[in-house]
Amino acid sequence: MRKILVGVKRVVDYNVRVRVKPDGSGVATDGVKMSVNPFDEIALEEALRLRERGEASEVVAVSIGPDDAQQQLRTALAMGADRAILIKTDRPVEPLTTAQALLAVLRKENPDLVIVGKQAIDDDAAQTGPMLAALWDRPQATFCSKLEIKGGTAVIVREVDAGLETIEVDLPAVISADLRLNEPRYVKLPDIMKAKKKPLEVIDLAALGVSADGGLKTVLTEAPKPRSKGIIVKDVGELLDALRKKGLVS
Amino acid sequence: MSKILIIAEHDGSKLSSATARCVTCARQVPGAAVTVAVFAANPAPVAAAAAALTGVDTVVTITDPKYAHALAAVLAPVIVKLAADYTHVLGASTTFGKDLIPRVAALLGVPQISDLMSVEGPYRFKRPIYAGNAIITVEAAPDRKLVATVRSASFEATAAGGSAPVTALSIEVATPTHTRFVSLSAAASDRPELQSAQRVVSGGRALGSKENFQLIFSLADKLGAAVGASRAAVDAGYAPNELQVGQTGKIIAPELYVAVGISGAIQHLTGIKDARTIVAINKDSEAPIFEVADFGLIGDLFQIVPALEKGLSK
Repeated sequence: MRKILVGVKRVVDYNVRVRVKPDGSGVATDGVKMSVNPFDEIALEEALRLRERGEASEVVAVSIGPDDAQQQLRTALAMGADRAILIKTDRPVEPLTTAQALLAVLRKENPDLVIVGKQAIDDDAAQTGPMLAALWDRPQATFCSKLEIKGGTAVIVREVDAGLETIEVDLPAVISADLRLNEPRYVKLPDIMKAKKKPLEVIDLAALGVSADGGLKTVLTEAPKPRSKGIIVKDVGELLDALRKKGLVS
Repeated sequence: MSKILIIAEHDGSKLSSATARCVTCARQVPGAAVTVAVFAANPAPVAAAAAALTGVDTVVTITDPKYAHALAAVLAPVIVKLAADYTHVLGASTTFGKDLIPRVAALLGVPQISDLMSVEGPYRFKRPIYAGNAIITVEAAPDRKLVATVRSASFEATAAGGSAPVTALSIEVATPTHTRFVSLSAAASDRPELQSAQRVVSGGRALGSKENFQLIFSLADKLGAAVGASRAAVDAGYAPNELQVGQTGKIIAPELYVAVGISGAIQHLTGIKDARTIVAINKDSEAPIFEVADFGLIGDLFQIVPALEKGLSK
């Protein structure tokens, strides 16, 4: 039976309006609500549904980050993951490092499918899935909005700029989940209690032989330039006048 | 000196405007030599378009039926081989580039910088994080290949007017067979393409139905505009996914953006921040879209949009 590995990233909750620190050293995260990256929740939901349909037997949630990322892994366990692995590092890591660390875990776990979110809503990099597939020398299917397993292959519908693309890949493969793949379930209180008893293994990043230094340096973090304040027009006529004055409509 | 390789994006016959925007970005690296690589079953028309872009020094073509569809797993190994002669590899930050470029970077064993929005030096760039709520300046090591995607909305497309030489290359690499193209369903449309349109009219949840969304198409046609949609409208099935504008959809920078019945969730605003002029039509005066709009009109879209269309006819 198939094993599915799901990437789970701890990120600033999507409802939080992030603020740049005045000294330009980063974004303020102290005391800010942290959550599972929403796209990773979708990835996990898909894995759970595959297990519930009998297409998989085990779902393993993996995160990379500080000790506190155990909270997000507990959420993943409460949603229904069977067990969890935290690759521990106190340094913020780049997607290439994440992919290298996940690869080291894959080598031990030998999953048939890896599902990750298409991007994390903090760095918006959208790299981990394809990088992992490259290092693993396996197929990738990014921006997946529909997934069907057929024996040793998967058929994936991808949301691309031109429309919907369908591709077929041999398993094992890496899939990155897009918004409309599914709607993740809500976690119920008894599941939170049950999740506390599920296994959560902690491995040091260094123990996997992966360096935490990805090679990029963030030298400055700034707030974006605000747009200048606009005006409220009172009716369609006034709007058209304003647009005509700017030469935007004839 | 920087030697920059740009991977052309195309549909088999037409070069994407996103590639012309990559050229503009590449040209901002001082003294850079810019090469555009076209992988295709029949690269001639795309190569001709690339060669005609101002700022392109050379175009290389790699011809093979296996490049008829852009599969990252198929393209990445050959790009890695071609990249040996270059200091930088760039692709557009479209679904094409976001799929392909990280695979190239990982095979090269180098980190990638996503969504370049400005060039501060050959190895120093600005890019947005947190849906554009913060901008970081990132530095990469100059002794390694620089691999990055380019945020289309941050760079104008370079104009035609060049005449770069086109060279056909033959690169032998083992091609994986584990990934196969099946089909592409794309809605045929005579309207301008969303990503490169000068004018865009977008509709949100307030349209209420797929039928009502026709109002947006109708206004767009009157303006000669492309059509966009908020995530809520796409989720509700009022508009197809390829029209979604925002953090997880398309990031656009038209001259004129008209947001109809869109409240302006932060994820949506990320996609339109670089629009020159934003018009918002919404019945909720508290809607966040009004914070970024140059011109706001508070009221019922079902009255305003037809009136606007009528007013445009005069």
